[in-house]
Amino acid sequence: MLLVVEQFLNGLQFGLLLFLLAAGLTLVFGIMDLVNLAHGSLYMMGAYFAATFVAWTGSFVLGGVLALGATLLLGIVLEFTALRHLYGRDHLDHVLATFGLILFFNEAVRLIWGPAGLALPLPSWLAFPVTILPGIQYPAYRLAIIVVALLVALLLYLGVMRTRIGMLIRAGASNREMIGALGINIKLLYTLVFGLGAALAGLAGLMQAPILTVQIGMGENILILAFVVIVIGGIGSIRGAFIAAIMIGLIDTMGRAFLPNLLRQVLNSASASTAAPALSSMLIYLLMAIVLVARPEGLFPANRR
Amino acid sequence: MKTSFWLAGAAALLFSSTAFAGDTIKIGFVSTFSGPTAVIGNDMRNSFELALDHLGRKMDGKPVEVIYEDDQQKPDVGKQKTEKLVQSDKVDFIVGYIWSNVLLASLKTAVDSQTFLVSANAGPSQLAGELCSPYVFSTSWQNDQTPAAMGLYMNQKGVKSVFLIGPNYAAGKDMLAGVKSTFKGQVVGEEYTVWPSQLDFSAELSKARASGAESIFVFYPGAAGVQFLNQYAQAGLKEKMPLYTAFTVDELSLPLQKDNAIGVPGAQEWVNDLPNEQNKTFVADYRKKYTGLRPTYYGAQAYDAAQLINSAVVAVKGDTSKKDAMKAEMEKANFKSLRGAFKFGNNHIPIQSFYLQDVVKDADGQLSLKTVATIVENDQDRFHDKCPMK
Repeated sequence: MLLVVEQFLNGLQFGLLLFLLAAGLTLVFGIMDLVNLAHGSLYMMGAYFAATFVAWTGSFVLGGVLALGATLLLGIVLEFTALRHLYGRDHLDHVLATFGLILFFNEAVRLIWGPAGLALPLPSWLAFPVTILPGIQYPAYRLAIIVVALLVALLLYLGVMRTRIGMLIRAGASNREMIGALGINIKLLYTLVFGLGAALAGLAGLMQAPILTVQIGMGENILILAFVVIVIGGIGSIRGAFIAAIMIGLIDTMGRAFLPNLLRQVLNSASASTAAPALSSMLIYLLMAIVLVARPEGLFPANRR
Repeated sequence: MKTSFWLAGAAALLFSSTAFAGDTIKIGFVSTFSGPTAVIGNDMRNSFELALDHLGRKMDGKPVEVIYEDDQQKPDVGKQKTEKLVQSDKVDFIVGYIWSNVLLASLKTAVDSQTFLVSANAGPSQLAGELCSPYVFSTSWQNDQTPAAMGLYMNQKGVKSVFLIGPNYAAGKDMLAGVKSTFKGQVVGEEYTVWPSQLDFSAELSKARASGAESIFVFYPGAAGVQFLNQYAQAGLKEKMPLYTAFTVDELSLPLQKDNAIGVPGAQEWVNDLPNEQNKTFVADYRKKYTGLRPTYYGAQAYDAAQLINSAVVAVKGDTSKKDAMKAEMEKANFKSLRGAFKFGNNHIPIQSFYLQDVVKDADGQLSLKTVATIVENDQDRFHDKCPMK
């Protein structure tokens, strides 16, 4: 039972991290109609900035804040110089151009930081386990990720639902042409949304960095999951991204944690331990396929008309 | 018209005959040169180049041409690159292979074409057993050997129970089987993770803690080893469940693992401080040639591969068409290995010693690996009986 609670926390933490990545992706896709494969590169840049700034300032929090600002800035510059020219074009053009950006960022990182990767060590006030319930110890840093990501989700919700900019974002997600026709400066809104998405991806990257290593191509695997999240959640929907991300996080972790034991009831031990990791990584794609068949527009589509 | 036709024919003959005699020794080198594990491939290439420097870049007076190919850590790509080296480059030798699954996919191409293949790292159990071949040699080990040595060390330490974690591919399965073959205590549980994409081991660490095992054994080469140690330390397991490893802490991962690696024992057939002369020269020259870098066992094995090939080429006086003579020479392991002298078993896998390594701060204040003890001497892999070669 205690193990279930602990695995639930693991799943929640992973899901919330996916949410940070998927929130930016879904906004950019939903509002700007831009397929941004380079979103994973922004996640990687967030991690590299964090490792650099933390080493430079000697403070984990200060370095993190600087890295967040740097990713935001990078996102805005990227939108200004490259992505602006892609609006209104075919999705295939987006895929081609942003795939080029992935290669660009990977090579740029190799030139600047070298091929070996960086380490971002945790400060001692985060690198210890906390007893959350009798018998359950949980790494303090993973708890911190859960808290920060929930806060960000709350802020995003309030920002999107309660502010004027949030209203414009929602309007943009449901009908792009109309808000332009109503005299809203759509270019500025796009730049803002893209910068916000970049900062969220950077936040995910810098929070993940102490758990994983900071390395070239670190954003590519997780980007696939982020796309699965926005497909399940409904493109352009923050709420959908939130719920789908947590679903994916839980399914992935619970699958990895409990599927081997379930399979051992049916199969012999050796083939069960081989099959279980493969099966559990398939579960999320299975869920995506079911959602696509039952509700092709996702669970919480943004542009209901 | 007719004369020019004959001239062309003669020229073609001339060309083909010179190509056949082989003015250069051609070596294909398959390893990973892109992605997060490219640092391993680079280290192997650095060491191989250093070996060629030490040989004067010639083997029996003939210049050596090396063609490096990137397998991207993918079995299908490794197979394509091996085919390219065999069929269009017509290399005399193929060297490299970090990953067991890549080697297993590429093996048949090399063996069918009767091209000598020297594995400088991967040692899947199949290669030592039923898939052994007269054309395949290893300058590394069979996968099970190193973790089996770790299992022996855990017995010495009186470890009663262990939880095993490793990646779900050919080598991961061999490694966990290797510990189980020698460890006398209880194996409480074993977990395989998706390879190479899974980098978060929280679910597995939670299970290990809940299992009540006394210790954990892992095999995570490359960056995954850094991630595992990070998460293991953050979960607070370092004080509670001691970690035993194979191929998880090395000179490439150590600068990133830092203090997390202190006190984590590993088993290895080569450590940078082995006292033989050729090893001292190798380590010193490597650090001189590649400033800021330190050689790893991957590199030492690649260096040995170059020396093994050289011994074969010298024995046949550069005539690489004499395959039987080259095979007979290579079987003698007649070169100065960086790990010290060793013999090949019937399956062309080294019979060798394994050492216990520990992480210490060296004279420069940097973390480095140090030999603490010899765990086992003249160890032969446990699959050699299954190899039809006698």
